[in-house]
Amino acid sequence: MTTFLDRPRRSLLYIPGNNPGMIQNCAIYGSDGVLLDLEDSISISEKDSARKLVKHALKTLDFGTVERVVRINGLDTPFFRDDLEEIVPSRPDAVRIPKIDSPDDIRTADEIITRLEREHGMEAGSVRIHAMLETARAIVNAHMIAASSPRILGLTIGGQDLAADLGIKATREGLEMLYAKSAVILAAKANGLLAFDTVYTDINNPEGLREQARMSVSLGFSGKAAIHPSQISIIHEAFAPDEKEVRKAERIVRGAQEAEERGLGVVAVDGRMVDAPVVAQAVRTLELARLAGMEVEGL
Amino acid sequence: MKPENLVKNGIGREVPTFVPGLGEFAPYAGPRARLDGKHLWTPTLYPRKIAAPTTNKVARSLKEAIEKSGLRDGMTISFHHHLRNGDALVGMTLSLLDEMGLRNITLAPSSLGDSHDCVADAVRKGVVTRLNTSGVRGEVGKAISNGEFELPVMIRSHGGRARAVEEGSLHIDVAFLAAPACDRLGNFTGSAGKTACGSMGYAMLDARYADHVIAVTDNLAEYPLAPRISVPQYLVDQVVVVDSIGDPSKIATGATRVTRDPVQLRIAELAFGLLKASGTLKNGCSFQTGGGGPSLAVARYVKEYMKSHAIRGSYCIGGITGYMASMLEEGLFDALFDVQSFDAAVTSSIANNPRHIEVDVSCYANPFNKGCLVNDLDVVILAALDVDADFNVDVLTGHDGVLRGASGGHSDTAAGAKLTVITIPSMRNGVPSIRNRVQTVVTPGETVDVIVTERGMAINPLREDLRALASDAGLPVKDIRQLKAEIEKVTGIPDEVRFGDEIVGLVEYRDGTVIDTIRKVL
Repeated sequence: MTTFLDRPRRSLLYIPGNNPGMIQNCAIYGSDGVLLDLEDSISISEKDSARKLVKHALKTLDFGTVERVVRINGLDTPFFRDDLEEIVPSRPDAVRIPKIDSPDDIRTADEIITRLEREHGMEAGSVRIHAMLETARAIVNAHMIAASSPRILGLTIGGQDLAADLGIKATREGLEMLYAKSAVILAAKANGLLAFDTVYTDINNPEGLREQARMSVSLGFSGKAAIHPSQISIIHEAFAPDEKEVRKAERIVRGAQEAEERGLGVVAVDGRMVDAPVVAQAVRTLELARLAGMEVEGL
Repeated sequence: MKPENLVKNGIGREVPTFVPGLGEFAPYAGPRARLDGKHLWTPTLYPRKIAAPTTNKVARSLKEAIEKSGLRDGMTISFHHHLRNGDALVGMTLSLLDEMGLRNITLAPSSLGDSHDCVADAVRKGVVTRLNTSGVRGEVGKAISNGEFELPVMIRSHGGRARAVEEGSLHIDVAFLAAPACDRLGNFTGSAGKTACGSMGYAMLDARYADHVIAVTDNLAEYPLAPRISVPQYLVDQVVVVDSIGDPSKIATGATRVTRDPVQLRIAELAFGLLKASGTLKNGCSFQTGGGGPSLAVARYVKEYMKSHAIRGSYCIGGITGYMASMLEEGLFDALFDVQSFDAAVTSSIANNPRHIEVDVSCYANPFNKGCLVNDLDVVILAALDVDADFNVDVLTGHDGVLRGASGGHSDTAAGAKLTVITIPSMRNGVPSIRNRVQTVVTPGETVDVIVTERGMAINPLREDLRALASDAGLPVKDIRQLKAEIEKVTGIPDEVRFGDEIVGLVEYRDGTVIDTIRKVL
């Protein structure tokens, strides 16, 4: 199972792939990952130059601990193959593929990536996939898509495209997306994957974002995309556990460590038995607390 | 001037001890060298002719006022820079002086800005041959860096200029003070009229110390000017009414907006993180920040934090923005001390809120008076053009070596504040901002605590306490050389600008010593 502990992925910041000024600063915005975009933010006439810029950025710039994900163009576009051919050999951590409707779409991408990894002497499976589900059909197929390749790291939904496909208007509360989001989260979790929430588009409304990010966390999303650096800290706040949770998690992890040291198979905390998933959850809570800058024992 | 009589000062810069035409200078010897309680300050007294009592001070024209003032070749004139980039008085006056055949004038404004390219023309015509200022822009900077002035230009901080004016080392013969609202006996203020600009902090000083004071207005108010008088009639010799003293659209620029630039925001976020970690944001704290770059964004973080933690600060000082005025309005501070208003939103606050207090520049920053405001500052957030590995700050020379900035209150507040934070983007147009050695030291590294860039912050080794607090708070604290190397990995290391030996400017530290020189650009 892909655990949160691999690396934090609370926030993923979209960066237009044709903006060198922003790309050179990927390491400073404070997001856990960046989504270097070759798709919606890039006009048709700039597709080639953006692809080249992102390719060279991946090869030359220091991204620090920030995860490097490239959102390429979808299978239905003439850019899809060129994007993979040029981007995969530059060793991004993952590619985010839009408009994935079925397991076949994943398999098509997977075959190309597998070949490219082989041709360029890269470790097989090292470039992961974020599958972007943006149609009603994709949501219905979510589980099959999630199960279609071990290369998939996570699922995400494309909020605006999905709303268009469903013929609905996105509201501030976002209740209309509730089922689709839950379906994606369940499909992801059922297959040991991460689930990433879509962007909140109103960059002038931090309160709206705060509300929606809290909702993302409570539904079970592992992370949320951002379209402006100012959104990152708000997203991170939403993922920060509260003080009480953290203290409890500390006791659980400490209990588990003591049990292990004493060779006991059973962990008891506050007089109650605690099993492995609870310990794993507690470890995750502490990790989130640490990321949020809270003081944490036991890690 | 040729580089003669040079000695190394306290930070290893070669500075002259004597400049023909300007006199003797002491080399900079540390920020507190003259503030140890033992330094003797001996202001010079100048004789002044007593004007006959009159109730008619209104001259028929600026020309007539100049004639009556007794201004002669070789004298010193001053202006304030409260009208910002809308100022028309400097240009108007210099062309009249040219027309009247006056030459060899020493120009000593509190500062010069974008609307003052006319000064370069006056220099080329020989009207102005010497310049004392806090800052310059555009053509004037080029004229200085090309060596077009007869004598080195004197650059002073705001507090340093107040000191120099009070002690007489900068003696003003005639002050031309733009007055947005003025009555017939010379009471004037900046907080009313179509060219309203807020505080008159610089004018207040010059009015008090100049031999002859001419208030120039485009808004002659009924006598007595009410309800506010910034400069009172007993300091003013003449009043001149002109059509316009400035362009209101460039004086009263709209409220300065908080930046949306992600790099600036990141810098602001880190700077705020440091303020939080330092423990300075508490009840009774005092604060100064500017209007540019990340400053307002820091102020926004501070505002939110103070609100959510029910903190009430004591006061803000300095260049005051509408944003600070709104913080006063919301009760986050007890008072604002305003020496210079940065945007139009301030004018109504200064006119209507008794807690928004107009102060003169000596009160603000003169290190030699009995208690300037900067001395009690808890935090100041400052910008910079370049910084160096010794934490020295340059706010004067650009990457091309040409003079284009202003000393302002930079070194004054840095010296006074308990926590001095420099915010600076790690690179501008691909040129790195942390150098081995800044071109021109304005603020000595000893008075700088932290340099914050978007790629991390460097803390002065003198502040180990602060480094520990910042590291504990999880802030990206880096050794300054490491930070510099990281930036250079992206930018490379630019070639050094080539300078000649000729000294075209002296940078005076606030205490009157010379901290650095400006050399002619080749």
